Amino acid sequence: MIEAVGLTKRYGDKTAVYNLSFQVRPGAVTGFLGPNGSGKSTTMRMILGLDNPSAGQVTIGGYPYRKLPNAPRQVGALLDAKAVHGGRSARNHLLSLAQLSGIPARRVDEVLGVVGLHDVARRRSKGFSLGMGQRLGIAAALLGDPQVLLFDEPVNGLDPEGILWVRNLMKSLAAEGRTVFVSSHLMSEMALTADHLIVIGRGQLLADMSVTDFISANSADFARVRTPDSEPQQREKLSAAITEAGGHVLPEQDGALRVTGLPLPRISDIAHDSDVRLWELSPHQASLEEAYMRMTQGAVDYRSTIDQKAGLQQPLPPGMQPPMPVPGQGQPGWYAPPPPQQGGQPFPAPAPQGAPVQAPAGPYGAPGAPGAAPGAPAPNPYAQSAPQAPQGPAPAAPSAAAPPSAPAADLTKPEDAR
Amino acid sequence: MSTPPPPMPQSAAPDWQAAPNSPYPGYTSPIPVVRTHLGHALTSEWTKIKSVRSTMWTLGVFVLLVVGIGLLTGAVVASSDPDLGGESPLSLGFFGLLLGAMCIITLGVLTTASEYGTGMIRTTMVACPSRGRVLAAKALVFFLIAFVVTLVCATLIGFLHVAMLEGYNAKDPSGEEWLKGTVGVSLYLALLGTLSLAIGSVVRHSAGAITIMIGAVLAPLVIALFMFSSSLQDVQQALFEYSIPNQMSIFYANSLTESGPSGWDPLWIMLVVTGAALGGAFALLEKRDV
Repeated sequence: MIEAVGLTKRYGDKTAVYNLSFQVRPGAVTGFLGPNGSGKSTTMRMILGLDNPSAGQVTIGGYPYRKLPNAPRQVGALLDAKAVHGGRSARNHLLSLAQLSGIPARRVDEVLGVVGLHDVARRRSKGFSLGMGQRLGIAAALLGDPQVLLFDEPVNGLDPEGILWVRNLMKSLAAEGRTVFVSSHLMSEMALTADHLIVIGRGQLLADMSVTDFISANSADFARVRTPDSEPQQREKLSAAITEAGGHVLPEQDGALRVTGLPLPRISDIAHDSDVRLWELSPHQASLEEAYMRMTQGAVDYRSTIDQKAGLQQPLPPGMQPPMPVPGQGQPGWYAPPPPQQGGQPFPAPAPQGAPVQAPAGPYGAPGAPGAAPGAPAPNPYAQSAPQAPQGPAPAAPSAAAPPSAPAADLTKPEDAR
Repeated sequence: MSTPPPPMPQSAAPDWQAAPNSPYPGYTSPIPVVRTHLGHALTSEWTKIKSVRSTMWTLGVFVLLVVGIGLLTGAVVASSDPDLGGESPLSLGFFGLLLGAMCIITLGVLTTASEYGTGMIRTTMVACPSRGRVLAAKALVFFLIAFVVTLVCATLIGFLHVAMLEGYNAKDPSGEEWLKGTVGVSLYLALLGTLSLAIGSVVRHSAGAITIMIGAVLAPLVIALFMFSSSLQDVQQALFEYSIPNQMSIFYANSLTESGPSGWDPLWIMLVVTGAALGGAFALLEKRDV
């Protein structure tokens, strides 16, 4: 069990981590997400006692890391795969670590087998590929057979087979009752591996909740509706009818409509009533990646821009079309417009200070920020066909759900489902 | 939130791993947990220092320099100057050891600074959060290796010189001269290496620390060379006398000057300097982020 309370780290006048409070529980894989430079590694280093927090504290099993008796037997960590002396063989590297914490030498050969490096155990780690280095780092983390494991980007540079292996390893470690804390940028990987998520941006906690809650809280599930291309007036007609029925319509580039706030059967009924033929009516559920992108949009430090090559390009010959920009390049917010109930707020206000934020009532229920309150998990109007179960993922967060007086929240609730 | 929240109650027993009253199921390793101490760190550092090539290279070059230059000087003296005028043949070992000191300095710096260069230090400090223990183990292991290797080389070359120059009117070295020319100078060189190790730990950059140490060995002599002004004569004299090469030569009683440190003084000077540097390194290591 890792517990951070009010964790803060400043480097000069730059604050890397500010007032971070969270708990990482045993028996589950907890994902640690955040854009580059958001303070993930700094947090990990503070957990491991490498950096001293400027304020607050982080404990493992009730002790600060440096006060733990025989720490490597309680906590194993993969911080940086290349944090080894390249001139030393894999086996000697692990042997020196084992000796440091009184682990029998035969355990070294054991973990070398576990990570599949026994054939190169006597080769100098300088010649290792990124994936092999990663395996060596994981071996070092497993060496003490610890109860708490921290992995910083464990699948970096691994081949698909290795990624699968790491995924299963994390899950089996958690299933044994260990605490597993993993940071990664690979959302698809996190969606498969993690049970719980802690998301930070600019050093502050953005979310601390289960993966399913996270996705439903941060994504707009929508329906894609396509009317016959040949009859644009039908499209206009349907848009008007849907808006009238309380839905939100956003045109997509290819002529389709993105409808939120109405369940699929209702959209179909509306289309039928207004005598519009449909070519497509499909539910669209956001991925973890999309949910993450939306949440961290406002907290990204390093954002790419279009490569202008100003003054470097030959003027285009007359009559030639300038190249079309690839969607997504230098276009922040291309991930799908914010859901209507978000009120345009890119990410919720910082969590209430003090107590560790619990899922999922926390970051969205920020007091005094009514704009953020409607961001609570909205019932997914498309996920269920049975109208008697309208509150899909919502009941987990009764306190965070907007009060009935909030008009914005009402818009999202399918009337016929009530 | 400027005040850190009060630490959580630490009522949990040290064997929290079992965690009988924890609401969460824990995991208990079948491998017995032992209480670690300096001995573990010493074996670990021994494994580390002998498993990298730079150790073999620097020590190999050191042996080559001390023995090779020693033999060369012995041969040159034996062929050109048949009368030593009652001087101790041990003093011929000085030149080899002076050059060899560079190797000891390099190895000392690399022992600590290379971990910072490669990032290994983070792995080490995670595996042993008692940072002082790691530095103490490094210093001890390095000191012993440097001392033993230097002692073997100095003794070997001492015997060779005495044998080569027999009958050249050389002085038969006394017991104290033997002690100073072997154990004394070896202790001095090992301490110089340990000083480099401490500097490496403070500077955390191999090239930077090696440069500083080589500068510390050479600079006083070079600076003194350019102090022509008579008003600076005292400073010049002191720089000569307390420069590291001159301190080393005192172990062979062929000091460049008559005043200044004598006898075993250099050893005590180096002991104090190294102790101070190590103390600083310990304090910084505990305080700084790794």
